[in-house]
Amino acid sequence: MTLLRARGLSLRFKTIRALDDVAVDLWPGEVLAIVGESGSGKTTLLNVLSGRIAPDAGTVWYTDPEGEEHDVHAMPAPALRTLHRSDWGFVHQDPRQNLRMNVSAGGNVGERLMARGARHYGNIRAEAIDWLTQVEIDANRVDDLPRTFSGGMLQRLQIARTLVTHPRLVFMDEPTGGLDVSVQARLLDLIRTLVARLGIAAVLVTHDIAVARLLAHRIAVMQRGRVVETGLTDQVLDDPQHAYTQLLVSSVLQA
Amino acid sequence: MTTMLRTEGLAKTFTLHLRGGMQLPVLSGIDLTVSASECVVLSGPSGAGKSTLMRSLYGNYRAEAGKIWVRHHGETIDIAAAEPRIVLAVRRETLGYVSQFLRVVPRVSTLDIVADELITRGVPQDEARERAGALLLRLNIPRRLHAIPPATFSGGEQQRVNLARGFIAAHPILLLDEPTASLDADNRAVVIAMVNEAKARGTAIVAICHDAEVRDAIADRLFPLSPTREAA
Repeated sequence: MTLLRARGLSLRFKTIRALDDVAVDLWPGEVLAIVGESGSGKTTLLNVLSGRIAPDAGTVWYTDPEGEEHDVHAMPAPALRTLHRSDWGFVHQDPRQNLRMNVSAGGNVGERLMARGARHYGNIRAEAIDWLTQVEIDANRVDDLPRTFSGGMLQRLQIARTLVTHPRLVFMDEPTGGLDVSVQARLLDLIRTLVARLGIAAVLVTHDIAVARLLAHRIAVMQRGRVVETGLTDQVLDDPQHAYTQLLVSSVLQA
Repeated sequence: MTTMLRTEGLAKTFTLHLRGGMQLPVLSGIDLTVSASECVVLSGPSGAGKSTLMRSLYGNYRAEAGKIWVRHHGETIDIAAAEPRIVLAVRRETLGYVSQFLRVVPRVSTLDIVADELITRGVPQDEARERAGALLLRLNIPRRLHAIPPATFSGGEQQRVNLARGFIAAHPILLLDEPTASLDADNRAVVIAMVNEAKARGTAIVAICHDAEVRDAIADRLFPLSPTREAA
């Protein structure tokens, strides 16, 4: 059974077609990358799939752990908020959007656990430290404020905050955007390892085809609000069928 | 012998949209059958479509027409029509592929690259690392290199890491694209021995191999391909 399923998603911003009859299927444990250039509708699709923006038409269904399907955009706001705090996670390009900058690193991670009902301070702190270590942040930084962290550390802190509740589904918007190449490689390896080990499903928006190749099982290529091609990651990148995908793949600089 | 892999009327034409929709027909009407314990070597000049056929068998290229039947846990699955997650399961459990070039995540050590293949199949970490180390040593990758990512390795070393990664999980079907191209005589002999051991275990193998000595040592038969390429 699919974890997330969308059909007929359409959305207009004035005269711009941001989404045009988009369908998505995501299976448990699967990582789907949405690629395409700026303005192709990638981030809009991510926001609609995660219930943050309502579409003009179309439906998104989420299957809960009991196997019941929920229409994401028909859910009451508190239920959707609970979903975002428990089964789901969202990793933003700018970690400051997700982190609380005036709360310690450990607090940022522990907060998600408390929101889910954890009350024992010692346990929360221990789990926060464990997660900081997993994302390769030194345990002795647990009481430091995020503003003393580098960009790469902030992104890793955001990932710890997101994954600490063991979500089943994570939405990621350009998680390595704006980082140095060396920091990117480290972060990619970390995401890849954690997602595989925890069996998390993810929808990943990226304009970077190399990121999609490393992290995703499947790729959906977007152009002007439409999904023009979808398939296995290596198949889409090595044998692109659509003219736009061929252009996208052939435009990548070989390092 | 059990048929492990069979294609029926397999065809592949590339359409180059950036070249005005130019059509490049590479394969047509390919009927290939490979049984357990058999090694079939694809032969033919450069440009005959050997690598294209191999990539199509793996589901890396999309077949334009025809079927690619693969025996997967006793069932027969058409790779050309299967859903992505089914293709991934077939690759994980049945169909291995050793490409010509190593492609890996930066920063991951050589040992982990090989051991990961076992860990993702449920082998405990210690055992996986031990078996990975042993296979790398057999391929003459010294232990001091195991902790280093292979990015800085020579072409021959990278190819041997790739071979270790491809052979360690003992897939029932193996696709080998030029497995000995950058290897010296000693390492070629190791690869020949590994291929013959895999065959003895029942592995069905499809290989591309220009080296006549290696080809003679591993091939049970040749499957000739000839260039069909003509712009339409």
